[in-house]
Amino acid sequence: MLQFPLWKRILIIGLCLLGLALAAPNMFYKRVEQHNDAATALVKNGALTAEEQGWLAGWPSWMPSGIVNLGLDLRGGAHLLAEVHLSEVYKTRMESLWPELRNALAAERGTLGAIRRVPAPDGQLRIQIANADQLPKAIEVAKTLAQPVVTLTGVGQTDLAVTGEGDTITVQLSEAERKSADERTMAQSLEIVRRRIDAAGTREPTIVRQGTDRILIEVPGIGSAEDLKALIGTTAKLTFNQVTGTATSDDQTPGAGKEVLPDAERKGLFYVLESVPVVTGDDLTDARPETDQNGRPAVGFRFNPAGARAFGDYTAAHIGEPFAIVLDGKVISAPTIQTHIAGGSGIITGNFTVQQSTDLALLLRAGALPAGMTFLEERTIGPELGADSIRAGMIASAVGFIAVVVFMVASYGLFGAFASIALFINIAFVLAFMSIIGATLTLPGIAGIVLTIGTAVDANVLIFERMREELRRGRTPARAFELGFDKAMSAIVDANVTHLMVGTILFVLGAGPVRGFAVTLIFGILASVFTAIWLVRMMIAQWFAYKRPKTVVV
Amino acid sequence: MAFRLKLAPVHTNFDFFRHQILTLGGASLLTVLSIFAMFWPGLNFGIDFRGGTTIRTETSQPLDIGKYRSALETLHLGDVVISEVFDPAFGPDQHVATVRIQAQGDSNAAMDGAAIARVTEALRTVDPDVKVISTESVGPKVSGELIWTAAWSILATLVGIMLYIWLRFEWQFGVGTGIALIHDLFLTIGLFVVFQLKVDLTIVAALLTLLGYSVNDKVVVFDRLRENLVKYKSMPLREVMNLSVNETLSRTVVTSVTTLLALIPLLVLGGDVIRGFVFAMVWGVLIGTYSSIFVAKNIVLFLGVNRNRDRKIDPAAKLFGDKVEVADADK
Repeated sequence: MLQFPLWKRILIIGLCLLGLALAAPNMFYKRVEQHNDAATALVKNGALTAEEQGWLAGWPSWMPSGIVNLGLDLRGGAHLLAEVHLSEVYKTRMESLWPELRNALAAERGTLGAIRRVPAPDGQLRIQIANADQLPKAIEVAKTLAQPVVTLTGVGQTDLAVTGEGDTITVQLSEAERKSADERTMAQSLEIVRRRIDAAGTREPTIVRQGTDRILIEVPGIGSAEDLKALIGTTAKLTFNQVTGTATSDDQTPGAGKEVLPDAERKGLFYVLESVPVVTGDDLTDARPETDQNGRPAVGFRFNPAGARAFGDYTAAHIGEPFAIVLDGKVISAPTIQTHIAGGSGIITGNFTVQQSTDLALLLRAGALPAGMTFLEERTIGPELGADSIRAGMIASAVGFIAVVVFMVASYGLFGAFASIALFINIAFVLAFMSIIGATLTLPGIAGIVLTIGTAVDANVLIFERMREELRRGRTPARAFELGFDKAMSAIVDANVTHLMVGTILFVLGAGPVRGFAVTLIFGILASVFTAIWLVRMMIAQWFAYKRPKTVVV
Repeated sequence: MAFRLKLAPVHTNFDFFRHQILTLGGASLLTVLSIFAMFWPGLNFGIDFRGGTTIRTETSQPLDIGKYRSALETLHLGDVVISEVFDPAFGPDQHVATVRIQAQGDSNAAMDGAAIARVTEALRTVDPDVKVISTESVGPKVSGELIWTAAWSILATLVGIMLYIWLRFEWQFGVGTGIALIHDLFLTIGLFVVFQLKVDLTIVAALLTLLGYSVNDKVVVFDRLRENLVKYKSMPLREVMNLSVNETLSRTVVTSVTTLLALIPLLVLGGDVIRGFVFAMVWGVLIGTYSSIFVAKNIVLFLGVNRNRDRKIDPAAKLFGDKVEVADADK
């Protein structure tokens, strides 16, 4: 054991140096962060401001520049947990199915008799037919509209579930289609939230799905949860609808398939609209701030081919009639169609300021959220609190580290010093690991590092205590070292495996700050096995080869 | 001979079973009391677990909680708890308070920014200098789920540890460890009831960590016990246990001390945000050390150990490919 081949020594020392080098950038956090920001800006814009050039030069580019992410509790920022209203999508799907279904059933009027849509819960269509005995025929007709669902488990299933009772058929999305619609809704929501937050240019946001219908959003550096919500825009949904009339209040019943929506600007003005939109924001490919012919701010837009066709056909057929541009349930503009708009592009005018038109363009470009959201959790952490926490955590860690080093040296002399060096390397490894993978350091994470400082020396304590025992039994120093390492090994393995198990459970079940704690705990345990066993062993072996002591006091 | 700090004498020969009625009985009694205390008077759950909103404010003016309370009464927010926060790290003009507001209405949503702004406005009427440092709001739906997740994660950890100990040792050791960990867990919960400390998600993390630390401690004793069981085949189990605890006593004390040396500065200097978390861990180290010495092995003794099975090959040594016959190395 006391023979350490050269390659092993080089490997161990090399790993330690690598760990120190990778951890080093964290000592110059602000400077490295600015360097990285400038480097990102250089790639993105191709040029730098004078200030950014200074930042770039602030840290040598040949040095590692990975740093740990600071969590919200250390940097300040906002945290939201949003629940996506998945069932809204079912409703939208059914509403858009209605005209098609009506036409299909009306084509069979001869056998079915008159058809009538009756009130039903959201996400269902109920249609009453005059000839109740022809119900099977009606179901058959409705089923022709169904599309096959492509999922792993739902082979051979279609997207519609049609049932009949008495003289009424009920159409809703099938179970398989609901599942796959949910997946699409969540993917789309995540993507849109991500694009909107990225467009605002904030650093290192966390946007992840949680469970079936939730999205966790964490954005460091943002002023408050309210700002973040404004950025995401809860239900920004754009549609182009046919206008059938105006009204002075929204308490009148608009009739089947119609709805009454308020004007965004003028109080007391309401529009009666066809519920089924002509085109929706989903078909937009581009939107940008422009000015109209009078030089007022406006938003230019462009549709994809499908949207362009639908919009072109509609405008050709309805020249001279008004149509409404509806955003978030409000009519932002209701221009009259002047000509057939064929190219699929157009302009939205309204009473916009320049800022509003820019925001609206951004909102449209990012696309509409497919469904609304409820915010189940909102947290805002001010930057001052985060800065206080970092300062307090760093001072406390340093004091704790020094206390442990003093104690170890007092208890085990030179060997305690070896263990202390290993402990320092251990902490460097934790920071290095976290910097490489871009893990997030939270306030409990700092506590995890502190706990590591306290427990990482445990392996060495076990070894040293064992050495003492063996020396007391009159063994030679060399033999005592060997036995100390060998016999302590089983306890070290068991202790670390159970510890690691707890860390893993914390990581899997924890969220946010707790997960940050689990990360430092896990890395601390892994690193301690290397430093406390291999590094300390090598140091002792080298010292032993150099000194060749006859007697040793551990 | 160089100076060495020794916290435990080199040779100890304590009989750790001697006052079992006191050491184990007392621990059991306190555990049972803590379980009752969990229901009455009950834990002081933070908003993570019962929903609601916490607002942390800071001002340079001396705080008057009474004025804060009367300012908020006009908003009709239901149950509002206002408390001043003290910390040695605060400057002389730094006065921090937390305002805790119960979950509003019966919606699942968190309190939104507009409602929080109204609270801030109301506080500004009594102290124009009030700044809001952080706000947290959790809807009742999430908090209900969080409490179950917390309970499950603790249970999963307990079962996982017991299974591992069973695999590595014998089932008696698994049960002994499990009971000792339950003791640690409930005594910590009991302490939180007594001091009415706030229990939030980080406290659950601290509880799990404390389990990890505590089992670590027990494993070391059990490992030595296993070794000694092979070495001293005819010695009565109780004596082998005492010997094993005495032999590892120095290590147990040293590791507890290093852990406490690292944690106590964090408890004192780490700020009030994390104090509860660190407090639970510091207590966990103490209670975990106690249960290693006075609880876990007593349960194993009570259950008995099958000593006929020979366990010469140590799986850990095999794993590391070092020496296979560790237990017999001195023969």
